[in-house]
Amino acid sequence: MIELRDIHKAFGRNHVLRGVTLTVPKGESMVIIGGSGTGKSVLLKCILGLVRPDAGQILIEGEDASRAEREAFLARFGMLFQGGALFDSLPVWQNVAFRLMRGATKRPKAEAREIAIEKLRRVGLKPEVADLFPAELSGGMQKRVGLARAIAADPEIIFFDEPTTGLDPIMAGVINELIREIVVEMGATAMTITHDMSSVRAIADDVAMLHGGVIQWTGPVADMDHSGDPYLDQFIHGRAEGPIEAVR
Amino acid sequence: MILLNPVGALGRAVLGGLAAVGRLALYLGATLYAMVRPPFYFREFGHAVWVIGYNSLPVVGLTAIFTGAALALQIYEGGSRFNAGQVVPSIVAIGMARELGPVMAGLMVAARVSSSIAAEIGTMKVTEQIDALVTLSTDPMRYLTVPRVLAATVTVPVLVAVGDSIGIFGGYLVGTQSLGLNAAAYLRNTADYLEIWDVTSGLVKGAAFGFLIALVGCYFGMNSGRGAQGVGAATKSAVVAASVLVLAANYILTTLFFAA
Ligand SMILES: Nc1ncnc2c1ncn2[C@@H]1O[C@H](COP(=O)(O)OP(=O)(O)OP(=O)(O)O)[C@@H](O)[C@H]1O
Ligand SMILES: [Mg+2]
Repeated sequence: MIELRDIHKAFGRNHVLRGVTLTVPKGESMVIIGGSGTGKSVLLKCILGLVRPDAGQILIEGEDASRAEREAFLARFGMLFQGGALFDSLPVWQNVAFRLMRGATKRPKAEAREIAIEKLRRVGLKPEVADLFPAELSGGMQKRVGLARAIAADPEIIFFDEPTTGLDPIMAGVINELIREIVVEMGATAMTITHDMSSVRAIADDVAMLHGGVIQWTGPVADMDHSGDPYLDQFIHGRAEGPIEAVR
Repeated sequence: MILLNPVGALGRAVLGGLAAVGRLALYLGATLYAMVRPPFYFREFGHAVWVIGYNSLPVVGLTAIFTGAALALQIYEGGSRFNAGQVVPSIVAIGMARELGPVMAGLMVAARVSSSIAAEIGTMKVTEQIDALVTLSTDPMRYLTVPRVLAATVTVPVLVAVGDSIGIFGGYLVGTQSLGLNAAAYLRNTADYLEIWDVTSGLVKGAAFGFLIALVGCYFGMNSGRGAQGVGAATKSAVVAASVLVLAANYILTTLFFAA
């Protein structure tokens, strides 16, 4: 279970998070939606400790994240970064198997490579891709390699930052199914950021909308369409008119 | 503003400079701390030795041969009043080994290596690769900084040794081919006057320069601003800081080694 309590974060005068409080139960798929630049990526980075919140508390299974032993703490997580963040000095398979070749989860090279190729297959990439370098891949392929890397060590908690952005509709469908599978079959807890409403419906148990630095609305995905919240309504229907200003 | 308040501007510049030195010192401390704690990434170290050392050989060799050649000419001009046959070989050898070999190699490596390290790590920073490393339970200090700093510390002395030899050879070429000095006597004089400490002090300087150059490259890369502009600024700062530090360290080490 992930509990966020009153998280604040400002960059200079840009007050991005202004008291985010949110609970993600274990084994659930939470989808975070919200306008561009509202701080969704920053929120995930706060949980991982990549960005230090100015105030607030983050609890993972009741344990304070800021006091946890970093290595063991991070070993429970997988993260797909918005930009992929692949290591361009390493071939694709070593990117995917990065965690499997170092530290506590280290295993023989051949085995790590085999797992990497299997994970690549799950994100719809052929084994031939394994020996290419990230710079030789298209944007969507890089994204999927990033996804394969995030799930490679079978983490308990997985963050996906816009997993389907830049993918064709068929591949987006494959990825949505994959995320659903990971939650249902492996019992992982997932937090996914997406702008793609069909993706929200495909993968979410719960939805949270970030707006104005706080969680504007949260609830089960089934309640999303009759929430009565004007912000959420405007967002999910993509209307230019409404309480959310188009120029931010 | 600068015109209106020159003292204030100067004060700010000095304070800013001091703060930067302080941050670099903290980074140095973190690097040393990471060095003595496992894991050590041998592959990254080997790769860094290759990139920093081997790939720098041509440029270090070229600068050394021209430096040695020019030095021989200069000394001949100044020394011809005395005994050029003795003076040229000994001063070329001592000058290269103690001073010009390490300084020229240091400056060339500062330009080549601190920039490439800062650009590489800076790019990793702005494309979230550093964040990804951390998330994959890998400490960027141990994975990126330590291998590069150690590699530079052990390879720059080797570059200095190569540069010394090539520089002395450059002086020999000029001395024997265009100044008409006797080849056998030139070699004998070189060997007679050059002491072990002349060479080792230059190598120690090389190690110190290598350490500083890589440290500065990593520091500016890790603290790169956002976007391509941030990486560009980090690269520029790294080259400037590395060059200045090489020259400053050279002065300090020379004082320590030879003032006593
Ligand atoms: N390292 C940083 N330094 C300064 N400002 C930052 C930093 N990271 C994020 N920001 C700012 O925080 C705000 C939120 O950024 P964030 O990346 O979380 O947005 P987002 O909700 O993920 O948007 P998008 O949907 O476009 O990805 C932005 O205004 C951004 O400029
Ligand atoms: Mg984002």
